[in-house]
Amino acid sequence: MSNPKIDDATGVETVGHEWDGIEELNNPLPRWWLWTFYITIVFAIGYCVAYPAWPLIDKATAGTLGWSSRGDLENEMTAETARKAGLMAELGNASIEQIAADPRLRRAAIDGGRAAFKVNCIQCHGNGAAGSAGYPNLNDDDWLWGGDVATVHQTLVNGIRQPGDDATRMSQMPAFGRDGILNAAQVQDVVSHVRVLAGEEKPSASAQRGAQIFTDNCTVCHGAAGEGNRTVGAPRLNDAIWLYGGSRAAIAQTVNNARYGVMPSWGNRLDPVTVKMLATYVHSLGGGEEAPAPAPQEAAPPAAATN
Amino acid sequence: MVSALSRSGLWLVSLLIAVAACAAAVDTGFAIHMGIVALACIIGLIVTLRGVDLSKAILAPDQGRYDDDVIRWGVIATVFWGMAGFLAGLYIALQLALPVLNLGFEWTSFSRLRPLHTSAVIFAFGGNALIATSFYVVQRTCRARLAFPGLARFVFWGYQLFIVLAATGYLLGITQGKEYAEPEWYVDLWLTVVWVAYLAVFVGTIVKRTEPHIYVANWFYLSFIVTVAMLHIVNNLNWPVSFVGSRSYPIFAGVQGALVQWWYGHNAVGFFLTAGFLAMMYYFVPKQAERPVFSYRLSIIHFWALIFLYIWAGPHHLHYTALPDWAQTLGMVFSVMLWMPSWGGMINGLMTLNGAWDKVRTDPIIRMMVMALAFYGMSTFEGPMMSIKSVNSLSHYTDWTIGHVHSGALGWNGMITFSAIYYLVPRLWNRQRLYSLRMVNWHFWLATVGIVFYAASMWVAGITQGLMWREYGADGYLVNSFVETVAALKPMFFLRAFGGLLFLAGAAVMVVNVWRTILGRSREEAPMRDAAFDPEKDRPVVAVAPAAA
Repeated sequence: MSNPKIDDATGVETVGHEWDGIEELNNPLPRWWLWTFYITIVFAIGYCVAYPAWPLIDKATAGTLGWSSRGDLENEMTAETARKAGLMAELGNASIEQIAADPRLRRAAIDGGRAAFKVNCIQCHGNGAAGSAGYPNLNDDDWLWGGDVATVHQTLVNGIRQPGDDATRMSQMPAFGRDGILNAAQVQDVVSHVRVLAGEEKPSASAQRGAQIFTDNCTVCHGAAGEGNRTVGAPRLNDAIWLYGGSRAAIAQTVNNARYGVMPSWGNRLDPVTVKMLATYVHSLGGGEEAPAPAPQEAAPPAAATN
Repeated sequence: MVSALSRSGLWLVSLLIAVAACAAAVDTGFAIHMGIVALACIIGLIVTLRGVDLSKAILAPDQGRYDDDVIRWGVIATVFWGMAGFLAGLYIALQLALPVLNLGFEWTSFSRLRPLHTSAVIFAFGGNALIATSFYVVQRTCRARLAFPGLARFVFWGYQLFIVLAATGYLLGITQGKEYAEPEWYVDLWLTVVWVAYLAVFVGTIVKRTEPHIYVANWFYLSFIVTVAMLHIVNNLNWPVSFVGSRSYPIFAGVQGALVQWWYGHNAVGFFLTAGFLAMMYYFVPKQAERPVFSYRLSIIHFWALIFLYIWAGPHHLHYTALPDWAQTLGMVFSVMLWMPSWGGMINGLMTLNGAWDKVRTDPIIRMMVMALAFYGMSTFEGPMMSIKSVNSLSHYTDWTIGHVHSGALGWNGMITFSAIYYLVPRLWNRQRLYSLRMVNWHFWLATVGIVFYAASMWVAGITQGLMWREYGADGYLVNSFVETVAALKPMFFLRAFGGLLFLAGAAVMVVNVWRTILGRSREEAPMRDAAFDPEKDRPVVAVAPAAA
């Protein structure tokens, strides 16, 4: 069957087979192709000698370089941990207030906090910490539980409304509509009043009726003028900054069913240094408040001394 | 042999089983799927009862002609599923740029449409192209009609049923969660039956060949069919939770399961998208160029090297995971060694044009084939490079991988399939020529520019992503959050979608061209070169054709 002949265009002999008009030339393997193939084989053999490669009964050969991916990671992590050990120890020993007072530690904590924030916090609070419906904006000075660094730190450590953490931030607004404390008309009236407090509506008869309902039901937490109360995390209502939205529908929803925002107890999830760094970072975002004036007794001795 | 009565009986029994399974189903998805099977049985029953006599085609055919019915259906199915798959791809590309297009329904979410896209292009478009061309090529190069013509028809329709069950399953949320192996256990079983029938038809035809030797294209087709059968069965060794439900659990767990999955996944690329399409290349390139294959010796060496090396390369998908280091090493070195065997196919294809390089200028189908081989060469260099661990630590999980896959899928698989379709359509429907060769040229440019936009934007996106993920500040902390990397990629997502739009537009031009060719129309245009075709010579040897005498 074999019937070799010379191909005119290239002058190469054919193999002599033919299928449906297709013939094959008897060209040799291109040399560069063959040699590159050999080189990759040599590389493969060399690599298998140098790195873990040959599976044996209960483990594989380790390779002459002694490299392993776990070992590699461990070396890198050890080196990085050693490099930062001094700083981490300082941050660990310093109180949150001491970190805030020391520019060098504060700088380091903010850098670390920024990285930790990107991993743990932006899912709810957003990449720029601007929050979204139900998740507070951390850039402004409207704080639910307090905005000095120690308070922010405590909020982070114990979380908000976290079961199983005795020191967690805890409060619960009644579901005024759902539990039948207020009827539908009363809810609408108190909504009017709240929006008047925030300057989002003009005073009306409904708002006037709502004012009385507000005094009876809401001022105990939110204050007579809607100024809020940080000890129970009751939001300030007279500033037109809304956690769940300021439309009539959104506020009515809040009054009817209440809200129950939560945040994990980061003290149970992250190491203490990271939580301190996070608190310092959040405090640095723009709305951080000065620590409250020291209690009188602590201030008294130096005062007495000067006298 | 099989009377219309017994065939109707078979349909009726299948219908009853499907209805019973539908009624007993423990979940909605399984019930809907059994409903689809019942519908298929009803269609089969109606076709049988209306007296469409398949036996004429199957039992008393014109022995002097090749059995091309299934191939004609396959070409139409390839074009149809191609359009569906490209459209789904464009839509999910837009979803990544504009998430609102998820529409808020689970059925239209990215996570359900993405496997719809990948399966539609790989298994529906690519699979139909492979089945149709393999039946075409094996008959011509064996000079024999298809063995088991009835079985060949079963392969075609059975495969379409597999596609419909897989696609509807994705939308309904029925999935094994294994990439490229998403269909659940009962669909897997069905595909196994169809695939074994495919193997029987293909091997049967080779066995009854009248040529003394088996042509290289058939080695590649056979390795593709056999290996895919093996991969499919092993990776889908699952145990169903209920025999009338759509859930199952895999036999392999943990890292073993991951390794089996990527042994499958990588060789789906190696044997489905490489070996199978190289088989197409080995027939259609020399036919269209009207030149001998460059080197017989190269075809032998690169064939055996390719199939021996490819099967070990899967672990490179699991670099830096729980997979033991030694397995990662083997995955990497086998991938590196695979570079030249892969390029053997490119060399043999391109060098076949020696003595006919002018045809790249004059013949748009050759131009398309050359571009396909160029993209094949590019992606089979890129693949081994990305398997090197230090490169992989940058590229893995990024859009670079997506760019790599698409330069191979759009450039190599897409272009070689398009050129094979352009070769086949006038011959299968016995037309003088294609409706328009100029439109092939439009398709070529739309597709090429589309791929460039796609691949280039994903390379930039992938490297950006990889570098941002690993960027540490001087203080040793990560600089970027994940969402910042997503925001950085957004312009690239739009460019990618634009590339996909161009590619889809090119395919739409092909639909018009194929459609009008089938209708027997010819566009008035300045002629371009095309390969000669003599229908009288296109006959199996058993018939004593005048031309063969």
